[in-house]
Amino acid sequence: MADLDELYREIILDHYRNPRRRGTLHGPHVHAEGVNPSCGDEFALDLRIEDGVVTDVAIQGQGCSISQASGSMMAEAILGKEVPAVEDLMAKFRLMMGIDEGDSPIDPNRPGSVLGDLEALQGVRRFPVRIKCADLPWTTLADALAKAEAGT
Amino acid sequence: MTDLGDVRGDFPLLGRTFEGRPLVYLDSAATTQKPHRVIETIDRYYRELNANVHRGAYRLSAAATDAYEEARAKVARFIGAGSPEEVVFTRGATTALNHVAYGWGLHRLGSGDRILLTVMEHHSNIVPWQMVARLTGAELVYLDVDDEYRVDLSNLDELLDERVKIVSVSGMSNVTGALGPVAELAEAVADTEAVLVVDGAQLVPHAPVDVAALGADFLAFSGHKMLGPTGIGVLWGRPERLADLEPTEGGGEMIVDVTLTDAKWAPVPHRFEAGTPPIAQAIGLGAAVDYLEDLGMDAVRAHEEAITAYALDRLSEIPDLTVYGPRDVATRGGAVSFELGDIHAHDLATILDEHGVAVRAGHHCAKPLMRRLGAVATTRASFYVYNVAEDVDRLVEALWKAREVFGLD
Repeated sequence: MADLDELYREIILDHYRNPRRRGTLHGPHVHAEGVNPSCGDEFALDLRIEDGVVTDVAIQGQGCSISQASGSMMAEAILGKEVPAVEDLMAKFRLMMGIDEGDSPIDPNRPGSVLGDLEALQGVRRFPVRIKCADLPWTTLADALAKAEAGT
Repeated sequence: MTDLGDVRGDFPLLGRTFEGRPLVYLDSAATTQKPHRVIETIDRYYRELNANVHRGAYRLSAAATDAYEEARAKVARFIGAGSPEEVVFTRGATTALNHVAYGWGLHRLGSGDRILLTVMEHHSNIVPWQMVARLTGAELVYLDVDDEYRVDLSNLDELLDERVKIVSVSGMSNVTGALGPVAELAEAVADTEAVLVVDGAQLVPHAPVDVAALGADFLAFSGHKMLGPTGIGVLWGRPERLADLEPTEGGGEMIVDVTLTDAKWAPVPHRFEAGTPPIAQAIGLGAAVDYLEDLGMDAVRAHEEAITAYALDRLSEIPDLTVYGPRDVATRGGAVSFELGDIHAHDLATILDEHGVAVRAGHHCAKPLMRRLGAVATTRASFYVYNVAEDVDRLVEALWKAREVFGLD
């Protein structure tokens, strides 16, 4: 059951049980929501972008450990980043998870050096039906960025 | 476990192994595995009998028609129908319920009329009524469930007034396993104008059903949940009700004459079977019915009560495990939904799958019931004729492993 241990790494269970940046934002922000209709997982995101930088982020949601931990780690990872850097992170995440075709950007010799805690989600790749769980917060983020860009 | 014996050898798929161990298939409430007899019947149909029915003047078509109609007769006998004409073949229970919603409800309901449902219904017995209610101005009202997960009838007299024209209830919940109050509702609607529709998708495969005694006007069920193929289901109706039911689909097969401006319907049940029907699937369902009759539906039900009692007993050993469903196996079927600590149902299903145990996780197409129970998602193990005590043991063993993975010890 090595695959299971790889899937449910300590850090994933920690983010599941103690999600970071949970809540809602007050003041100007964009809001986006995502749902996986097949399993019912829900994720929502409040994002404040000022001068091209993510200055605040808050998340809500309910669902499996993979979707919720992915959202929690994502929220931490994007805070304080400029929008192009967030987009770069999104692209790397999608490559790591095999959602986009291409070589994984992760350096196996230096764990955590490219995507930090998010690299713990690599174990999900061996469970193809669960990849959409890990991806839910990221498609929601893409939606939020698009809304911010459009000024809505 | 019971005198049903071990019939697993009849089901080729159950011979598959996962992780080096036999598959433990506990998702029969979603769909059942198929016995050799059904698979071979369908195979033989395509090899030896394939032709369109009720059309050709050649012998092959006549033989296919005979086989198709023989399947109808088998299903009729299986549920105690007065004649094969009371059996309409549909795509499944969902289509059967839609036939009633659109063929009966749409033409008879108006503003101020009511449809009485229960909160324990599957989406297929809610959404069609919502759609028809929107079109007609009718209103939906619901019976609640009580603390024992049974449909609460305490305010039935109040709800079942002259505005209620249709009552539709599940014979057995696909989430909690609770049997629906069909007999009580049949008695209650007998003095009213309302028709009683029974969603038998879970009931018919798992318990003896005799429509002559059921007290329903319509009964819907699916073939694939009772060892038959997908794509075939049944709408049974009382002859006088079917005579008044409007067809919801037009096309070939369902007419006796068509002019440029009009068409005259074929007799019941063919008027409800527009287009080429699922012929092989109907014949496959006939073979499934033969198989179940050989086992005996009383024995099927007894086996299910026994294995469900065993499962509830074993599951009670596991700390932090909550079962959503009645304890008394006489009042329920073999769909057992549960939660384990803070492990989300999808995580639990993944872990069980890694142990070769196939279960369903999620809202089970019954979101109103899930909300009523205060559960977002549950894991569901559901049993059928081929499940044995060892399957339950493997489930319990895997649940203990899940506790370990999530550090619940």
